[in-house]
Amino acid sequence: MQNIEIRIMNIKRLFTISAFAFSLLVTCHFSLVTAYAQIAIQGETVWTMSGEPITNGIVLVNNGKIEAVGTAAAVKIPAGYQIISAKVVTPGLIDAHTVIGLNGAANQPHDQMALDGSGPVQPELRATDAYNADERLIQWVREFGVTTIHTGHQPSALISGQTMVAKTWGKTVDDAAIVPTAMIMVTIGTNANAGAGRSPGNRSKQVAMLRAELIKAQENAKKPDAPKDLKSVAMAAVIKRETPLLINANKAQDIITALRIAKEFNIRIVLDGAADAPLVMNDIKAAGVAVIIHPTMARAGGDMENLSFETAGKLKAAGIPVALQSGYEGYVPKTRVVLFEAGMAAQNGLSRADALALITIDAAKILGLDGRIGSLAVGKDADIALYDGDPLEWTTHCVGTIINGVLVNKVTR
Amino acid sequence: MKKLLLATIAASVFAVAANAQDRPIAYVNARIIPIVGPVIENGTIVVQNGKILAIGDSKKIPVTMITDMIDAKGKTIMPGLVDSHSHIGEGSGADGSAPVQPDVRLLDGINVRSSSLQRAQSGGLTTVNVMPGSGHLDSGQTLYIKLRDNAVKVDDILIFDADGKMMGGIKFANGTNPIRPGGGNFPGTRAKSAALVREQFIKAQEYRDKVRKAAGDATKMPPRDLAMEALVEALDGKRMVHFHTHRHDDIMTALRLSKEFGFRIVLQHVSEAWKVADEIAKAKAPASIIFIDSPGGKLETMDLMAENGAALEKAGALTGFHTDDGITDSRWFLRSAGMAVRAGMSREKALYALTMANAIMLDLDKRIGSLEVGKDADFIVLSGDPVSVYTHVLETWVEGKKVFDRSHPKDRLLQVGGYGASNDRSVHLDCFDGDIGGDN
Repeated sequence: MQNIEIRIMNIKRLFTISAFAFSLLVTCHFSLVTAYAQIAIQGETVWTMSGEPITNGIVLVNNGKIEAVGTAAAVKIPAGYQIISAKVVTPGLIDAHTVIGLNGAANQPHDQMALDGSGPVQPELRATDAYNADERLIQWVREFGVTTIHTGHQPSALISGQTMVAKTWGKTVDDAAIVPTAMIMVTIGTNANAGAGRSPGNRSKQVAMLRAELIKAQENAKKPDAPKDLKSVAMAAVIKRETPLLINANKAQDIITALRIAKEFNIRIVLDGAADAPLVMNDIKAAGVAVIIHPTMARAGGDMENLSFETAGKLKAAGIPVALQSGYEGYVPKTRVVLFEAGMAAQNGLSRADALALITIDAAKILGLDGRIGSLAVGKDADIALYDGDPLEWTTHCVGTIINGVLVNKVTR
Repeated sequence: MKKLLLATIAASVFAVAANAQDRPIAYVNARIIPIVGPVIENGTIVVQNGKILAIGDSKKIPVTMITDMIDAKGKTIMPGLVDSHSHIGEGSGADGSAPVQPDVRLLDGINVRSSSLQRAQSGGLTTVNVMPGSGHLDSGQTLYIKLRDNAVKVDDILIFDADGKMMGGIKFANGTNPIRPGGGNFPGTRAKSAALVREQFIKAQEYRDKVRKAAGDATKMPPRDLAMEALVEALDGKRMVHFHTHRHDDIMTALRLSKEFGFRIVLQHVSEAWKVADEIAKAKAPASIIFIDSPGGKLETMDLMAENGAALEKAGALTGFHTDDGITDSRWFLRSAGMAVRAGMSREKALYALTMANAIMLDLDKRIGSLEVGKDADFIVLSGDPVSVYTHVLETWVEGKKVFDRSHPKDRLLQVGGYGASNDRSVHLDCFDGDIGGDN
């Protein structure tokens, strides 16, 4: 790693820092920010994710946006630009589905806000009302190059609430959120059972309850005065195809159920988890539905007992839109890192470019944000990750993260 | 009739299995990482009768007489991985009746047909310390197993010491997991946890004194007490204490107890090892650590750092990795080394931590953990650099027998997952090599 500029803290120095100083560093990270209005990023390899990677590339950043991308020969660095060099440059990574910000690292009742247990149908719960922009796990993934997260209520109730899209930077949710309501989280399968004699208690009941909500929304849509209660408003957006349902379904029959419901109500859905997707790939493809596949290294148990490390590759090869997620964990790790999940996908059948796409441009497309993030292209947000080698390699470090044109992370991870 | 037929097939399979490989097998032209000694860039390894017969530079090892010769050009061979802390096999330990249960053995609950054992084989693991959980101060006796193939009963995977005794340690834990405020006889605080453990070891000392005084006279022996017997083995250094501990103060408590009673200790997890690495090294306590993708999950692991391995290496502490499977999956155990290197540990020590360090912690370093003449023929064949994300485990060998082969569809299914990968192994599955199904 040639660039000393951004390598202000190396691992050796980390050990000399006392526990106190370290915690200070963690809590006061916002003070580390150095805003450069104009930056030129030099990369030995620049993965633009639109076209072939550029050797000896330059990315010019101006006022939070990407101003130019090209080879060093083609793009001249204007005077006054702050120069940052890295061996490998990629777009900021996108985690297509997580729960961080709502769920925190401590895993204590006070920091687990992604599920309200009072009822199985709560589409009105907004992720923005529970998002802790200063949560440690957000910093954690940012330091590996993740700049955008699709986060929200967890898959553990029939309709657990809304999701949002946020940058992994900002003091408040208002700073961070770029899509306040992205999708509504639905779960079909064992995890959606309410338990203890309450409904839903099995799959049939789950689907009956979900259909009842959608029918109600359909009926409401025909009324001259649509009901204004929060639940109805949230579900109306689903019926109007404004808000997609993010349906967590892992067993083959649950995936098929999700597709059936999408067809019955002509609503937009995105499949989530989808461990059994290889068994019903033709159906998914025919339905034209995108899949945010489970983390490659998710635990192979319960409804996910048949998961395969090769699924992302198989879906991609079949032409099904697919992105990777860090998912939801009840215990450890409280968050996974999509960079590592993409690495494992690359070990199991995907090219490096395709694996990187799962956590950049492909994820942006599924989130409907490919006009703004997911690749290094002129006019897009200047969200950029810097590495000292192949980003997917276990032993490579993320050496810098840039969000909206600001170098927000300078540690070596 | 069908049952009888299957039994016959099974018997014949196991007859072959029991007849361990008696003809020598040689792998030539491999990059060999013996762990002890320098890397051999173009190496040959010869195994026979379950042991390593020869290892060295391909030019110097004559293999002309060997018919089973495999060209491993472009491949890497290293010792079978040793996992010093796992929960494969769905084993059980202590129940809810008491916080200290040294009499309980994992041995009596393990399912040797569990797919988790086969998945571990596919991750390159050959020897595993299978433990009961951490919800007790002492959840019982652990079991050291070899991941031999086609095991039908626990006896088939046991490891015996020179005295013919099956090998295993004993599991202890401190910190928040065993603490159950209002949980009857379970501790409510850290101090109470330590007191309860000390009480039991003092009782064990007294029991040992009585046994010693009896000097073999059966009439003077105390009534046989399984719990005390196990703790006396720990006191005598014959049973390693595997001590689950996370926070820096809990680590120091575990070391204090070890010193007070003289039991041998392996610190397990040691999430805050980086805070007390020098103290761990000074106590000469081995540390078995784990890579978790993010800190937290509970309060006492909020300061877990990937730099633990590097910090322990710098301090000079013996450091191993473990999977804690199902906390992390055995199939990516190699990744522990990659991530430790990423966080500043040397490659040499990171690979040592997957093999030899753990062998030492399990008192098996004379038999496994490195590729040396006379040691067990436990080795893995890799497609490339062990710390690279792109590397696959291609083959796993235990005592001269191939127990995993990625080129075999059934084995590959276990390694990468897919429909049926979580099913218990059965004779039916052994006979089934067909298409696994699906659209593709």
